[in-house]
Amino acid sequence: MSFVPGQPVTAVVERVEIQKLRQGENLILGFSIGGGIDQDPGQNPFSEDKSDKGIYVTRISPKGPADLAGLKMGDKIMQVNGWDMTMVTHDQARKKLTKKREDVVRLLVTRKSLEEAVKHSKCSYPKH
Amino acid sequence: MDTESTHSGYSYHSSRSGRSNRHGDRSRERHKASSSKDSSRSERSVVINPPDTPSQDSPVHNGEPLPGEPTPAAEQGDEAQDDNWGETTTAVTGTSELSVSQEEVVGLGKGIQDRTQGFRRYLPLAVGSCVGLLVLATPLVFLLLPAVMWPDRLQVCGAACEGLFLSISFKLLILLVAVWALFLRPNRACLPRVCVYRAFLITLTLLLTMSYWLFYGVRILDAQLLSNENESFIKPMVWSKQDEDYHGIVQFAVSLVDSQLFVHYLAVVLLELRQLQPCYSVCVIRSTDGETRHYNIGQLSIQRAALSILEYYYRDFPLHNPALLSASKHRAAKHLAGLKVYNVDAPGNAAGAQPSNGNQSRAMVTAAGKRKDSAHNELYYEEADYERRVRKRRARLVVAVEEAFTHVRRMKKEDERATPSDIMDVREAALAIFPSMARALQKYLRTTRRQHCHSMESIQKHLAFCLVNNMSPKAFLEAYLMPGPTLQYGPERWMADQWTLVSEASVTSGIKQGTEFLLKCLDFSLAITIKSIPYIRLTEEYVDPKSHKFLLLLQSETSV
Repeated sequence: MSFVPGQPVTAVVERVEIQKLRQGENLILGFSIGGGIDQDPGQNPFSEDKSDKGIYVTRISPKGPADLAGLKMGDKIMQVNGWDMTMVTHDQARKKLTKKREDVVRLLVTRKSLEEAVKHSKCSYPKH
Repeated sequence: MDTESTHSGYSYHSSRSGRSNRHGDRSRERHKASSSKDSSRSERSVVINPPDTPSQDSPVHNGEPLPGEPTPAAEQGDEAQDDNWGETTTAVTGTSELSVSQEEVVGLGKGIQDRTQGFRRYLPLAVGSCVGLLVLATPLVFLLLPAVMWPDRLQVCGAACEGLFLSISFKLLILLVAVWALFLRPNRACLPRVCVYRAFLITLTLLLTMSYWLFYGVRILDAQLLSNENESFIKPMVWSKQDEDYHGIVQFAVSLVDSQLFVHYLAVVLLELRQLQPCYSVCVIRSTDGETRHYNIGQLSIQRAALSILEYYYRDFPLHNPALLSASKHRAAKHLAGLKVYNVDAPGNAAGAQPSNGNQSRAMVTAAGKRKDSAHNELYYEEADYERRVRKRRARLVVAVEEAFTHVRRMKKEDERATPSDIMDVREAALAIFPSMARALQKYLRTTRRQHCHSMESIQKHLAFCLVNNMSPKAFLEAYLMPGPTLQYGPERWMADQWTLVSEASVTSGIKQGTEFLLKCLDFSLAITIKSIPYIRLTEEYVDPKSHKFLLLLQSETSV
């Protein structure tokens, strides 16, 4: 999922819609994020390309809203409610995810298995 | 009687039967832990240590009989006292006559040395002062001679002359102080050959002075004497010439003093400055116990390098202790001593004599090889045992000394009212607390085989010194726990006049890379190898102070 500067980024994404859960005063989503353009990409265990500075899901609370919605650990978040997440700082990503006024976040996430699934389907059915 | 018995300790087995008090010597024989020629004898011998004070003419061997030196004469006298004598030694040595003559020669050499001691020691000083006097007197003589020889024609010369007089006097004063500082110092050693630089400088100085005298005599004195004869006709011209002549003479004297000052500068550079910059690394190894040290020295002749190394030796090397080396000799002797070689062939068989000798030696070697199986085991356990014993004794000693030190305290103001009998000076205080630690200390020194280095008076003196300077018990003990440098002990241990320089190259040649020589003392020798310090090529790398920039690598995880 590396990008070439100047070229549009293409990826196979999955839509995930998470309902925020109210816990006391806070609305939580039930997962943790890591990464960002101000962070060190080399320490990201989930990225394939160690220069990828995108936002990754690093932990999912079991039975939390994200888990129920089908988010998986290691997913790269491409968009949150239409906001781009591929070129943001860690803090900006956090802000976009924790807006108090929104009850629902619609994410576009990508993972390696999606790419492979598409490849498989392409190969199995020769182009017609 | 006393000196005779100390002699006999060294030359015990090399003396003829002329000695009648052998029995007395036997009982007073110095104990060393193992006499290599008789292992069983050491276990039975009496452990009495008379204070070991070897004199000049019977130098320190610590009374240990040199291994393998029984003589027929000694055997006769000893059989009554030691039954194992003949059985446990197989080495055959020189006869008693040879040993006696060797000792005599050594003693003779020392006698001569002692007689010429004073002469050789002060010779350089005498030569230096003579040359110095000559050097200082010559300009003054140059100046005074005209005043003495033709005072009537001497005219007072003007201000220029007076300035020159002042400069001569100050330069002579400086020269006097400089010669005193550099040359008129007590000689610190007596080297085998004359120092080349000093000889060169003396020659140069004398040459300079002689040539000035020559010129003075020929040009000035002769000219003056000649002009004496022509006085009557050319008086006025002669007088004016004389005025300039005296000015010339004074200038002549000033130039001599200047040249002498420059020669002195040359002396400072050659004798003092040249060897300051280190360019050789010296490795010094003691032959008996392998103590090794490394030093850096500059460019010196071999004899002066040996002198510096000896000065470092006296400072850095721990005292040479022959008692500690007897263990390995003991082991070596045991290898051979346990084997008894019998000649089974018929005694008259001349043809078989040579092969049988070869068989004997081969048999000894193989038998010795078989015995080696237990020797290393023995060594290991012996050493472990020794370590434990030393540590135990040391622990007891430390406790005893600490306890002893608690009994004495420096007197404070409020103690002035105490009874006078309680107040002691330092010597008495030392004597008072000494007995409580004496036994533990003696036992410890005996275990580490250093009891001959410290006499009771020296221990008490050291204790008094520590009390005066408010030292802790640990500070007092440090002198006895580790062997110190040789100078720490009394002058009888220094052996400062017994060093021999053994060198293949001439001792006045300079040291070079790969020079090796030996400094022999009586009991041991120092093997010295010289390597040059490598030529170091140092390059620089400029670092801009603003170039130190850093990045922060974060990896944070936020839960949403």
